[in-house]
Amino acid sequence: MTTAIRVKGFSHFFGSAQTLKGIDLDVLRNEILGVIGPAGSGKSTFLGALNRMNDLIRGSRTEGAIEIDGKNIYDPDINVAELRRKLGMVFATPIPLPRSIFENVVFGTRLAGSGSRTGLVGLVQDCLEKTTLWEEVKDRLDASALKLSGGQQQRLCIARVLALKPEFILLDEPCSGLDPISTAKIEDSLRLLKRDYTIILVTNNTKQAARVSDRTAFFLGGELIEVGPTDRIFTTPDDRRTDDYLRGRFG
Amino acid sequence: MRINPRLEQNAVKVVLMVLTATTVGILLFIIGFILRKGIPVLSPAFLSHNPVDMGRGGGIFSTIVGTLVLTLVAVLIAAPLGVGTAVFLTEYTWENRVTRIIRFGADCLAGIPSIIFGLFGFILFVTKLRFGWSILSGGLTLAFMILPTIIRTCEEAIKSVPASYRQVSFSLGSTRWQMVTRVVLPAALPGIVTGIILSIGRSIGETAAVIFTAGSALHLPTSIFSSSRTMAVHFFILAREGISMSNAYGTAAVLVISILIINLLTYYLMERFIRKYS
Repeated sequence: MTTAIRVKGFSHFFGSAQTLKGIDLDVLRNEILGVIGPAGSGKSTFLGALNRMNDLIRGSRTEGAIEIDGKNIYDPDINVAELRRKLGMVFATPIPLPRSIFENVVFGTRLAGSGSRTGLVGLVQDCLEKTTLWEEVKDRLDASALKLSGGQQQRLCIARVLALKPEFILLDEPCSGLDPISTAKIEDSLRLLKRDYTIILVTNNTKQAARVSDRTAFFLGGELIEVGPTDRIFTTPDDRRTDDYLRGRFG
Repeated sequence: MRINPRLEQNAVKVVLMVLTATTVGILLFIIGFILRKGIPVLSPAFLSHNPVDMGRGGGIFSTIVGTLVLTLVAVLIAAPLGVGTAVFLTEYTWENRVTRIIRFGADCLAGIPSIIFGLFGFILFVTKLRFGWSILSGGLTLAFMILPTIIRTCEEAIKSVPASYRQVSFSLGSTRWQMVTRVVLPAALPGIVTGIILSIGRSIGETAAVIFTAGSALHLPTSIFSSSRTMAVHFFILAREGISMSNAYGTAAVLVISILIINLLTYYLMERFIRKYS
């Protein structure tokens, strides 16, 4: 497998607080990388660093580099809007925009300027099928997205990201507010999506990481403690803190 | 002394109901009084003819036109300025000393009596810039008068748009401007429109700022450099000079009814808009 993202000595600060400490990590193409760790461990900050969403927070500052295709995404000549399209993000709570299901899916596409409705119908169907939502909503694409259930909304948010035709999908605890059935549906989608995308899944639910991720990274206090194949991390981790966390001794 | 909580509960309820009834009662009394005195005067001719003999006879057509045009000019100037300022303050800067000063300034401006704006408009637009008593001078003055209200209401409306919408928009690759036009402004529109409607109401009813700047000419305005009389000014002059109380009440009735219509229309449009977007 080839390296898709290379994180080199990357640190992140909010004001005077250091939230990521010299992270070195390679993300491999077409893998699901699970990122686990207790609250405040820096895992969400790590995700936000990858598509530069952290830039939007006042007092955000970085050191080191994150390379995608050999190019540091913190270089001044990077087009941040394009970068964010390449690394689609799904948030912890489903956030449908107050418009129709159809318009939610094509929101990013329309931003890029391509657009008659007829040309987008195929894209919408494709993205909704990939997230197993198509059958449930195909007759009411013009209904408000706010009327969907929580699980449907989150799958819509994933479909909306797929419509960007990204290379990466970043998920920030995407199932934290969902019931087990909705969670299972999203995990099924992720396994399917792995063929075409590289997925980074931040989760508070270590069992979820064990179920779906190929490799797992453990963060603690802004440091990457260790990263490796998921079955090894869950059975014979190198670091005692990883073992302690997985056994529920803290966090 | 301890009051029985249930007794207290009932007493408070009665007091609050009396207070509410008083408020509503006063409001209904004023509207009812004006309409009772004014409506008998109203007729198609009253609405469609210009005043004759200083307003003793004829109708109020030219003052209706004057009011509409003046308000239109004021809103066309103030709305883009106000919305733009609000967008800048909320979306394009971090909260800092300068934004706080701007906000404080807007709050102070909002509290200044309208006659001061009238005097300011008279000095700046009418005399210094030589616009004369004109719709332009009056419109600019009204625009400055309603600007703080528009800025503050728009700012509140924009701030009430969930931060998560902005995050989503950015994460889907929007520029800041795309985020503002496609996500924030549509979501904030009901609040923005409410602010603008409030301002329209204030402009329509404004007398002091207008009489100094737009003058009180009774003829139909022909350009934005024409002097023009608004309904509120017409009412003021008719009543104060004792020219014709019945025509004054007629004018007042038209004013009250038009403000009612504007509000109802706005509510109707907002309902439709909100249903479409959520």
